[in-house]
Amino acid sequence: MMNNTNKENSLWAAIKIGLLGGAVALFISLVGMAEVFSKRDVVEKTMTLGQFVLLAISVASGLLAARRTAALLDKPNTASQAAAGLIAGFFSAAILTLFVIIGAKINIRTVFLNASPGLYSMLTLNQGVSGVWILPAAGAVSGLLGALSLSLPNAVRRPLFHAILFIFFMALFSGLFRVVMINQSGFWEKTAKYLFSQTGMTRPGAAIFFALVVAISAFWSAKGQAIKTNVANLPKGRQIGLRVIAFAVIAFIALGLPLVSGAFIAQVIVIVALFILMGLGLNITLGFAGLLDLGFVAFYAIGAYTVGLLTSYGQYGLQHISFWAAIPLAVLVAMAAGFTLGLPVLGVRGDYLAIATLGFGEIVRLLAGSDFLAKYFGGPQGIIGIQKPCIGVLGEFTKVDVPRVCYSLFDAAKPGIELSTPQSIYYIAVASAILIAFVSWRLRESRLGRAWMAIREDEDVAEALGVNLIQTKLLAYMLGAAMAGLGGAIFATLIGSIFATSMQLIVSINVASLIIVGGMGSIPGVIVGAIALIGLPELLREVSEFRYLLYGATLIIMMLAKPEGLWPSKTTQRELHHLDAGTSAE
Amino acid sequence: MTAILTTKNVTKRFGGLVAVNSVDFQIPDQSIVSIIGPNGAGKTTFFNCITGFGKPDEGEIIFEGAPIHGLRADQISHLGVSRTYQNIRLFAEMTALENILVGQHTFLHASWISAVLGLPSVRKEEKDALNEAKRLLDFVGLKGHGDTLARNLPYGAQRRLEIARALATRPKLLLLDEPSAGMNPSESEDLTVFIRRLRDEVGITILLIEHHMRVVMGISENITVLDYGEKIAEGSPKEIQSNPRVIEAYLGRGAATEGMEDAHERHQKKGG
Repeated sequence: MMNNTNKENSLWAAIKIGLLGGAVALFISLVGMAEVFSKRDVVEKTMTLGQFVLLAISVASGLLAARRTAALLDKPNTASQAAAGLIAGFFSAAILTLFVIIGAKINIRTVFLNASPGLYSMLTLNQGVSGVWILPAAGAVSGLLGALSLSLPNAVRRPLFHAILFIFFMALFSGLFRVVMINQSGFWEKTAKYLFSQTGMTRPGAAIFFALVVAISAFWSAKGQAIKTNVANLPKGRQIGLRVIAFAVIAFIALGLPLVSGAFIAQVIVIVALFILMGLGLNITLGFAGLLDLGFVAFYAIGAYTVGLLTSYGQYGLQHISFWAAIPLAVLVAMAAGFTLGLPVLGVRGDYLAIATLGFGEIVRLLAGSDFLAKYFGGPQGIIGIQKPCIGVLGEFTKVDVPRVCYSLFDAAKPGIELSTPQSIYYIAVASAILIAFVSWRLRESRLGRAWMAIREDEDVAEALGVNLIQTKLLAYMLGAAMAGLGGAIFATLIGSIFATSMQLIVSINVASLIIVGGMGSIPGVIVGAIALIGLPELLREVSEFRYLLYGATLIIMMLAKPEGLWPSKTTQRELHHLDAGTSAE
Repeated sequence: MTAILTTKNVTKRFGGLVAVNSVDFQIPDQSIVSIIGPNGAGKTTFFNCITGFGKPDEGEIIFEGAPIHGLRADQISHLGVSRTYQNIRLFAEMTALENILVGQHTFLHASWISAVLGLPSVRKEEKDALNEAKRLLDFVGLKGHGDTLARNLPYGAQRRLEIARALATRPKLLLLDEPSAGMNPSESEDLTVFIRRLRDEVGITILLIEHHMRVVMGISENITVLDYGEKIAEGSPKEIQSNPRVIEAYLGRGAATEGMEDAHERHQKKGG
């Protein structure tokens, strides 16, 4: 009797999981993602990215259903798990099937713009409604495969999983790799054309990557532990040597990257570095000191406008000084702005602080873009003609709208090195990010860092222990603002012009999100968060339409699955590590 | 004996409620003094007035001859007054050592710039501070728990860590708010010994709020009783035990013949 009810449960559970997967698949199709993805190939002439994603949903449904069955049944066996996978896979495709059938009879495009003929033909492999049976069949088979993968031994399943993940990754980024490699011409160009097609990977390319990842993953799971212990057992000198080599390799790649990457990738990396700068800044106020600042973009804007006003050769330029002289000034002005913001909100806590700072951010943006102050800040036209950084001697400023000439340091007749491309700004941005990460780390370990964290934990108690709240909070605002100001300063010189409209609230929200996704208070977390939330969407131009959809989904999934962030700070990690021991002790 | 802390006419109101009503009070230097009273008698509010958590509406608080009412909490801490809390208030997400290091904040002088530069003076200061923190951790009997997050320490250890953190501010006067709450008899016995050591070995003056009468009567040299914000009695443990007004405050009229200890325990059961 007991067994019977369990069996009913597991059947229903499989259907439920399948229907959930189906809902996701339908959603992806209706917002237009499936069709956009189907224009890219995972493997040329074999499988489009759209098909891959839909099949992946069915596989995942099958896998989850099989796992659920194993948990529900008293004596789970492969057959019942396979059945669950089959059922879940079928239902995950059933909703789309129904959708295709309905869509063939009624025009639902008036409501759902993306329910286009292209979508229908993609879902039925160009067969029309008569081919609609392909969908549930493919779903069921995928579900079955997902379920069966559970019974594979770990040593087989993991490499396969890694390989499929890697293929997906390569499919997303194949365009970038292709362009970079083709730019090198010769051998690299030939290799690129062999591995990648215009829209994805070629068949041999995919096969090679698949085999390579399977081999590496299998090798690592078999020998990885042994290698790790071997390295740990090496004498200290050799270990340091290994580290130096690893560091040198990373440095070599980092230094050489802009030379091969082209302007686009360099610019994306610069933007990631700027968001890292802002993230590190907000990490001080929010991550360390617990002061939620939703107007953080204001400091970025202030840094950018300071550099703009001081260096521009346009009509709003005030001083025409060099970028290098403007940078420290921009940082100082941003710090002063941090002080000015901090002073009135000293006694404001929690949610109220978020609203107050939000207001500050909006005020700065509106003032900068207003007609009222257009005489000084250019209003909606912004500030243009920002002088590029020059390694050498800058010529005299002659007249408006004529850039100052950059002469060589040694020979006044020869041109100097003008850092005008994203590839050259890359070095400034990356070096700044590394420097500021180091500064953050030193601050965190200092007396001031501990005081910040104490304020975050309990501000009254911190005060009773002798922490001067006014000074400590103001320093948090000022140092955070300084870092954001540096980011803004580099941004101004990267773009060459600034507009108040680019300093939107969404930038502040992006920065707060990347800190949360990376791990509150964690310095590597900021870097990982910036790469994940800023870098990947910038690189994936195809999905830029769906950027905020994916963004929101990522945030929700992160908060449910890994609330401590992708790379949590040591203390948070320690906390999770201690959790088992901790609960028993209490 | 000179008084380390004197309060004159201290009054604190919350709206219409007079939480502390015109309390005159003295703590002799190097003594152990307790404040007792029924729940809601204004004991913790009185503590808050002394430590700068809430400024008294009227009256004066003199610490070592200088007025401290009106100063900020960090300034008062700087002068040598430190405290623990009734419901433990550790920095939960920081390790035990970090908690103590925050307590040393006032004695470290590195500016943030020199910390970023990693100057040798900063390193030495940090090293010394860490050693001092470890010493304090040992002193309260938490050796080896330095890297544990405060929230993961067992209850008794959290109480002791809070004392260690308060000691890190090098107080002359330490205010303990119900330090034995939630402890079993043998633990409170240890606590009594420990508090005495603080006074005898380190020379710290102790002011206690305490409900465990065994602890109070065992270590206090002087007891002050508050009821509805007013001081109703003051004296040695013996005097307090036999004071009819005190017994009345705890139990209501007519119970004055009962022993203090039993009475208090019954009161505790009724209350919580």
